Amino acid sequence: MPGYSDPGFDTLALHAGAAPDPATGARAVPIHLTTSFVFESSEHAASLFNLERAGHVYSRISNPTNAVLEQRIAALEGGIGAIATASGQAALHLSIATLMGAGAHIVASTALYGGSHNLLHYTLRRFGIDTTFVQPGDLDGWRAAVRPNTKLFFGETVGNPGLEVLDIPAVSNIAHEAGVPLLVDSTLTSPWLIKPFDHGADLIYHSATKFLSGHGTVIGGLVVDGGSFDWDASGKFAELTQSYDGFHNMVFSEESSVGAFLLRARREGLRDFGACMSPHTAWLILQGMETLPLRMARHVSNTEKIVNFLASQPLVARVGHPMLASHPSHALAQKLLPRGAGSVFSFDLKGSREQGKAFVEALKVFSHLANVGDCRSLVIHPASTTHFRMSDEALAGAGITQGTIRLSIGLEDPDDLIDDLKRALKTAEKAGV
Amino acid sequence: MELLVNGAKTYAYTGGKTFDPAQPTVVMIHGVLNDHSVWALQSRHLAHHGWNVLAVDLPGHCRSGGEAPSSVEEAADFIAALLDAAGVEKAALVGHSWGSLIALEAASKLKERVSHLVLVGTAFPMKVSPALLEASLNEPMKALKLVNVFSRSTLAPPPSSLGPGTWVYGASMALGRRVLASNREVNLFHRGFQACDRYANGEAAIGQITCPVLFLFGEHDQMTPHSAARGLLTIARSTGKFRQISSVPVGHHQMSEAPDETLLVIRDFLAL
Repeated sequence: MPGYSDPGFDTLALHAGAAPDPATGARAVPIHLTTSFVFESSEHAASLFNLERAGHVYSRISNPTNAVLEQRIAALEGGIGAIATASGQAALHLSIATLMGAGAHIVASTALYGGSHNLLHYTLRRFGIDTTFVQPGDLDGWRAAVRPNTKLFFGETVGNPGLEVLDIPAVSNIAHEAGVPLLVDSTLTSPWLIKPFDHGADLIYHSATKFLSGHGTVIGGLVVDGGSFDWDASGKFAELTQSYDGFHNMVFSEESSVGAFLLRARREGLRDFGACMSPHTAWLILQGMETLPLRMARHVSNTEKIVNFLASQPLVARVGHPMLASHPSHALAQKLLPRGAGSVFSFDLKGSREQGKAFVEALKVFSHLANVGDCRSLVIHPASTTHFRMSDEALAGAGITQGTIRLSIGLEDPDDLIDDLKRALKTAEKAGV
Repeated sequence: MELLVNGAKTYAYTGGKTFDPAQPTVVMIHGVLNDHSVWALQSRHLAHHGWNVLAVDLPGHCRSGGEAPSSVEEAADFIAALLDAAGVEKAALVGHSWGSLIALEAASKLKERVSHLVLVGTAFPMKVSPALLEASLNEPMKALKLVNVFSRSTLAPPPSSLGPGTWVYGASMALGRRVLASNREVNLFHRGFQACDRYANGEAAIGQITCPVLFLFGEHDQMTPHSAARGLLTIARSTGKFRQISSVPVGHHQMSEAPDETLLVIRDFLAL
């Protein structure tokens, strides 16, 4: 039997990491709902614990269903491996906690999901990790923010919710000049729209809750390592390049020339922080990923129709999608995101805050809730929900006003979505009379 | 562990254990555009089960200095010098792909100093197509992709050296890029392939082996298919030194696509 040639994205989305179950012949990925796995012998057990042999011990550390999901996202992103976590936030925390401790510093984009901003701006400061925020397009700002203790650059492929496109090639160059990796949150784009490793990113994470799952049913996260960053050459990451008492005195970068980050993240981070994914969740995300290419194409085509509709409405002051020439990231999006810049975007209504509320409440097909990337269309008012902890200044930095409405365009008939928006716009107009 | 071999800093992974002169030693030799880490699981296991392990980075590769070997014979001389530098009188040699030819040639020269010879994914002659040789020189990324596609046998590899969740194909691509970038003076890809392609002493070498030999093949190996080692096998059988032939149900990534099977075959053979 010849080996596999070079499968394309759609094939990998269905097959990467999975084969018919050798024990039962089951074609779909089995859900391994078990906490632990029987050892063949005492010696086998010791070998597994000592990383002499590969296998599963306890589902907080690894699980066969999760491993399929991890291989699949790694395959789709062009990475070397991945770790499934309890949520996207857990994935971000695992990434940071693996690379640094108290006294370290992060340079991050201002255009972040509110939860990420909270973690960096408030919570991690309590643990001695400081963050400097810079506008994603301010390349001099990224460079100027670097300190001797900087350990990480971090941004979103497209910022939430203004869709500022991160210039990954330029920002990763600055990061690498500073001897630090670039971590990218690719939740809003998924590997179907952009593969950040191809542009210079070193680590990727997803809130798999969103487009990867696609059905709004489960919470989960994934961290993917591109295997590109040379931790030894950087000289800044004793966590990965020096003997670690907490795990058999292992020097992770000697153990694996390209996989030191994943080794420590799993063996320390999952072990000690414990933010693992349930195998049932992994299975549901896998169901979603099987149709990721089909769904993303429809998300994008529906979004194009909605954006064009909204841009033609007199009650709409601004539509913030990079497909429009008026968007500041239009040119960069054409270069980095030729298939589209996603289906989550914001627009500003003219008029009062009350009109904005009337608009949201009049929608019937769009659901008013705090999520994105569902197959159903969603709507939210960021200033009062996802980003409500941010100051006006921080909100402005993230491109959000009091009147900004965020949409996540789903897979419904686009005409029905447009009808729903028309009706809500009329209601908002009347509310202003 | 760092050693000074032929005046150059040489790195050898010891499996997380301190080198103990009282124990037997196994030297593990990687293939083209690889380094010590391709043996991660097998080397760590052997090191914790009674063996000194020297999973070496060949000269000019990754953590090792010195001039990258331009022939199998040159690399074999390095293995002899490595044993001397480590103060090892006798060792088992385990090689993968190009490393199998290096191990073979070294064993033929070192005679009784070699206790066991393990040839993983071997072939002789190990000819490289002119197109691939040319691509390794002028389009190394394209050649790297070709080699890894040919080496892969499954889209669902078992838990591997990074544990569950390892995407072996991506890990091999990343390692190739890393090794290539580790030497800015020499194209390690092309030099290694040239060394494989030009090696002509395989049949003579196998005839001079004085230790037991294990041939370990990947059943779906498109890089070094089983049939390409037929000549070596015939001679090994005729000398009476041939001891074992084993296959694992994978391609050319034997150590990462079938880590357990590969380990167990090697471990049991070394116990002979």
